[in-house]
Amino acid sequence: METNSVPVLEMNGVSKRFPGVVALSDVHLKVYSGEVVALIGENGAGKSTLMKILGGVHSPDAGTIRLEGKDVAIESPRAASELGVEFIHQELSVLDNLDVASNIFLRREPTRWGWLKLVDRKRLYREADALLQKLGLELSSRTLLGDLSLAQQQLVEIARAISAGARILIMDEPTSSLTLSETRRLLEIVKDLRAQGVSIIYISHRLDEVKEIADRAVVLRDGRNAGMLRRDEIDRDPMVRMMVGRDLKEFFVAPTTGDHGDDRKDWLTIRRLRTLRYPGQVVSLDVGRGEVLGMAGLVGAGRSEVARALFGVDEALEADISLGGQPLKITSPRDAIRQGLYLIPEDRRTCGIIVDFSIRENITLPGLDKYASAGLVSPAREAAAAERMCRTINVKAPSTEMQAANLSGGNQQKVVLAKWLALSPKVLVFDEPTRGIDVGAKAEIYALIRQLTSEGVSVIAISSDMEEVLGISDRICVMHEGRITGTLRRSQFSEEAVMRLATGGEAQDVR
Amino acid sequence: MKKELGIFALLAILCIIISASNPNFLTATNLQNLGRLIGAYGIFSLGLGLVIITGGIELSVGSMMALLGVLLSMMLTELGWPPLLAVTCCIVIAALLELINGLLITRGNMLPFIVTLCGLLLYRGAARFITDDETKGLGADTNFEGLRFLAGGYLFGVPMPFVILLVTGAVLWVVLHRSAYGRYLFATGRNAEAARYAGINTRLVITLAYVACGILTAISAIIFAFYTNSISPASHGNFYELYGIAAAVLGGCSLRGGEGSVVGVLIGTALLQVLRNLVNLLGIPSSLDFAVMGAVILLGVLADQIFKERRNRRQVTQMRESAKSDIAPV
Repeated sequence: METNSVPVLEMNGVSKRFPGVVALSDVHLKVYSGEVVALIGENGAGKSTLMKILGGVHSPDAGTIRLEGKDVAIESPRAASELGVEFIHQELSVLDNLDVASNIFLRREPTRWGWLKLVDRKRLYREADALLQKLGLELSSRTLLGDLSLAQQQLVEIARAISAGARILIMDEPTSSLTLSETRRLLEIVKDLRAQGVSIIYISHRLDEVKEIADRAVVLRDGRNAGMLRRDEIDRDPMVRMMVGRDLKEFFVAPTTGDHGDDRKDWLTIRRLRTLRYPGQVVSLDVGRGEVLGMAGLVGAGRSEVARALFGVDEALEADISLGGQPLKITSPRDAIRQGLYLIPEDRRTCGIIVDFSIRENITLPGLDKYASAGLVSPAREAAAAERMCRTINVKAPSTEMQAANLSGGNQQKVVLAKWLALSPKVLVFDEPTRGIDVGAKAEIYALIRQLTSEGVSVIAISSDMEEVLGISDRICVMHEGRITGTLRRSQFSEEAVMRLATGGEAQDVR
Repeated sequence: MKKELGIFALLAILCIIISASNPNFLTATNLQNLGRLIGAYGIFSLGLGLVIITGGIELSVGSMMALLGVLLSMMLTELGWPPLLAVTCCIVIAALLELINGLLITRGNMLPFIVTLCGLLLYRGAARFITDDETKGLGADTNFEGLRFLAGGYLFGVPMPFVILLVTGAVLWVVLHRSAYGRYLFATGRNAEAARYAGINTRLVITLAYVACGILTAISAIIFAFYTNSISPASHGNFYELYGIAAAVLGGCSLRGGEGSVVGVLIGTALLQVLRNLVNLLGIPSSLDFAVMGAVILLGVLADQIFKERRNRRQVTQMRESAKSDIAPV
């Protein structure tokens, strides 16, 4: 794609230092017109800082930014926008109380009547509809944003960026909360935009997507350029090697036994589970002791609902659950916790941890009684336990008094885990165990799951990451629209088999 | 602790200014009076602090004080109940009313603002209706000496309300800052969803905070009743909820919940009362009473906000990841 000799964007020798941390050190990035450049690296590698400098949020300590050969200083997000740099955030920044057209043209509404600046509603909707059509979106510009799915909202944000005249589009983990088909759609749109000459900087942890879509991949590690891969060089192994600076051969720890039979299937049994979302469907599951049961399916297939019912967050309409032969009655998380059944939720920052609490306070919260005598909590005992847990599972933080908000996603997830490990789990339910977590921490969490199962803990792992679910599970049960469409043994594992069941296709090997 | 230090400095500076301009400030009588008021206002302000830490609000405190005041007067003077029974009755009524508030909020999923606003109107109306809008008194100074001692007495020269405040403050400090319940309260106020996922019975935690607020309000109500010795149902306790909220906010409680401390609320209360004292002693027209308080609260909270933002900015720059939303074009 390097047809034009002058790059659209050239960042040279960019350095940024925060108190105590060198976030970026002499980083270079070139992007040509109509090119998709994947920016990859572990969490904390400096991707976001680099993009925030481009987006005008941070100013660099050193280095230059050139747009189409001209030196520019980007002093604010607004200045970035005026220069044609648009940001699609991981967490959407649309207003869900306004309709699609109003979102697209926010701050740029077509107006009439001179200084009165009344919004020209006719033109607003006409232009918005035209834009949506151009992007191939079949929705009315009068729809309220709040009524759209997350994926559609994201597409509206892309439409906004395009209509604002974006020449460079920064997409930060755009597919992290999309279903497979929505991801496909998004990738198609990215390809269309590229064909129209828009340059795209694509940040993603999903290496498959990068492989499919990127013309080049720029890898950052510890705030420096770690390397660059051309289209034909982009592949999982070199990418991972550059990201972590070493080979990750033992990425997934293989199950201790291969294809085991029914003998271990009687530890946790779930019968006749009905959830509020799918009241007409009945779910039955068995998980053996020390087994990892993967749960695959598309987003919205009802897997999280099962997990939430199991943990008592949302009470099940009906359920017969027993653990080790003992029937359980779970109507609240407290009931589940009392039985040693814990959930590591999907939404870490709102459900898994309290971000303003310290690591210590987060870890000890569910079992605070253990650190109290005569009703008074002993911070020293808490700290000792928290430090022990952090060492065991390698939480990287200077002190357990650090606020959880300041940790990387991987370390936050480890804190959630530490919280439950301090209470000797019998069953752990992971809802998306490694979403938004860098490769290194992922490997650690997989190893940890294996270590736990070898100690007899049963694990249910809900995952939308195909590679992950195939890699860590002993068995995979696949859901589609609230019901289990099939369960696969290890010998039956394949991407195709899972996808067939997940899309509601005919099950060839139903339990 | 840093947060309390700022407001404490403000309090100290004010005290120095007042005592420099009017020597009457440091007289025993003035200090005792001030102490009595700080005690009476501080007790229910602590209760409001608890509610605010849950992320809630309690607007009915003043009206409840009027209702409890007239009930106390009627029980003692008209029904001739023994003081201990009357006092217990007041505390139980307050606790029950707040229990209802707590249940409406946690079980009925109603907003604390609305529930307690209705309480504000309801209790005031009830107080006026049962008294036919007539002022109720507690009679001669010789009546109910035991109870009167709580409001007007001294322990080693320290006014009793202040002593009671110190005792409740100490108890609440242990509960809030050292017990598991306190931790749950902060967790629930910060992020009720995550607290629930950690197995905390957030509904119970919140309801208990309201009940505690009710009990503390009742204690204050008894002191105020004997302090004024007559309770006019239409005006007794007017705006008291706002004094409590102001004290809590000045003392570092965040209306977003999950933030605050016992020491902060105590200093906040003291600051408010010192301000009223200042209006008196410095010869500022008493009509400006509220205006002075409003201005100081505004400045205090603004200064706190500026410090906090500066601190946050420092922290944010230290973070390597996160905060994508702040780049959104506005």
